[in-house]
Amino acid sequence: MLAQRKVILMFFWLFISVFSTARANDSEKLDIMHHIQDAHEWHLWGGHSNPTSIYLPVILIDNGIKIFSSENFYHGIERKVVVEGGREEVYWEGVGPASGYAMMHEKIYKLNEGKLTFHGKHASNEMPLDFSITKNVLSLFIGAVLLLIIMLSTASYYRKNGAVAPRGIAKFIEPLIVFVRDEIIKPNIHGPKHTRYINFLTTVFFFILINNLLGMVPVFPGGANLTGNISVTLFLAVCTLIVTLLSANKNYWKHIFATPGVPLALLPIMIPIEIVGIFTKPFALMIRLFANMTAGHIIVLSLISIIFINKTEAWGLLSVPMALFISVLEILVAFLQAYLFASLSALFIGAAVEEDHH
Amino acid sequence: MDLVTPSYGLLFWTGLTFCLLLFVLAKFAWKPILKQVNERSKKIDDALKEAENAREEMKALHSENERILKEARAERDAILKEAKDAGTKMIEEAREKAKLEGTKLLEAAKSAIQSERNAALSEMKAQVATFSVQIAEQLVKESLTSEAKQQALASKLAEEIKLN
Repeated sequence: MLAQRKVILMFFWLFISVFSTARANDSEKLDIMHHIQDAHEWHLWGGHSNPTSIYLPVILIDNGIKIFSSENFYHGIERKVVVEGGREEVYWEGVGPASGYAMMHEKIYKLNEGKLTFHGKHASNEMPLDFSITKNVLSLFIGAVLLLIIMLSTASYYRKNGAVAPRGIAKFIEPLIVFVRDEIIKPNIHGPKHTRYINFLTTVFFFILINNLLGMVPVFPGGANLTGNISVTLFLAVCTLIVTLLSANKNYWKHIFATPGVPLALLPIMIPIEIVGIFTKPFALMIRLFANMTAGHIIVLSLISIIFINKTEAWGLLSVPMALFISVLEILVAFLQAYLFASLSALFIGAAVEEDHH
Repeated sequence: MDLVTPSYGLLFWTGLTFCLLLFVLAKFAWKPILKQVNERSKKIDDALKEAENAREEMKALHSENERILKEARAERDAILKEAKDAGTKMIEEAREKAKLEGTKLLEAAKSAIQSERNAALSEMKAQVATFSVQIAEQLVKESLTSEAKQQALASKLAEEIKLN
């Protein structure tokens, strides 16, 4: 009874405080989209005026390689321009080694006579090749190093102890590896051919998994939305496409250019559809991983932002449990998406190497 | 639109990192780990099979032992029986032999007695004959001392002859 009354009181208080103080402030914009995209700094804490950030190296290829800290942009000269539609935009003119360049929305432009020129809403200046170690790239390195530490220590356990029952980290990792082999690869790629794809598919699975999980960590080594970045998912999907096409046998091509059981007259329609089909499969892979991870990050950030939008901690009673729930769900999604990507890649490869059964 | 525009910088670093990871993990992680896992599962399979074999063998050994024990028991019984039979037979034979010997001895004794008796009898007969002759001689000598007696005897003998 007491507990029930407490809960009712809590909600009552919550609603009172929400209605009395909830006033969205337009002047301070919560930019969720900024948080889920790449950046040249790793923002730790602090507001717009006093941020604590890790400034990452900027690497530009523009008549040679230029390397300097992104601090030269973030602590550069702030310039405000009014673009088409009357909206005010901010860009940073680089100082020191970054002089001659400007950064707007994390994109680096070459200044033309000391300024950016705009065509519509976008700057039309020339862009140097940007190979910077951005937040996502650093996160990628951290993920890779973590993965190497975990996997190599697992491997060293077996090297030291031989073929014995796993202990320590091997006890946790081995079932995952065996799961990938027995539940993802073997059911999709039939016969002894599956061993050729173990390396690629296991690496894909763990690469996605560790980066998904790192993305769920809210503080420094994590929090970057790497697997929710289209560049990463594009690369992984292209890898799957290349592996599929390189391992495709005669039977696969026959199904595309002379689909069995289809009347000859329909082939002019079927062939373009099948050719598009080659690309839609990895395209779906790319979009699925990107959208799932980005959506997860947006939901968690939105729920947490409710507190800041309404400027009252009381909303935390609602938004923190909800964010916690979504975060736990996201851990499931992290595994699920890694499983799905590896599983569907295995399925596509399996279809490409399948022998004729007709 | 920025969200779905790939950036070649990240694409490049992702590619590089992924390829390095693929190479290192394939060579130093997946291969050795899966090799050991396979080896272990093979070892477990073998151990299970071996255990099964050992059990079968134990079973066979057990039944073999049982059989040997049974055989030994049967053999012991047979030996005992044989010994018993032999014993009985020997006793029987001995008895028979003793009986026979006894009979033989009895027979010999009987025949000895008989021959002794016969010898005694024949000696007695001879003795009796001698005595008889002597008596007869005496008698004859007595009876023939007078003429009358001689006459009487003669007539008597004659009488006897006549009658015959």
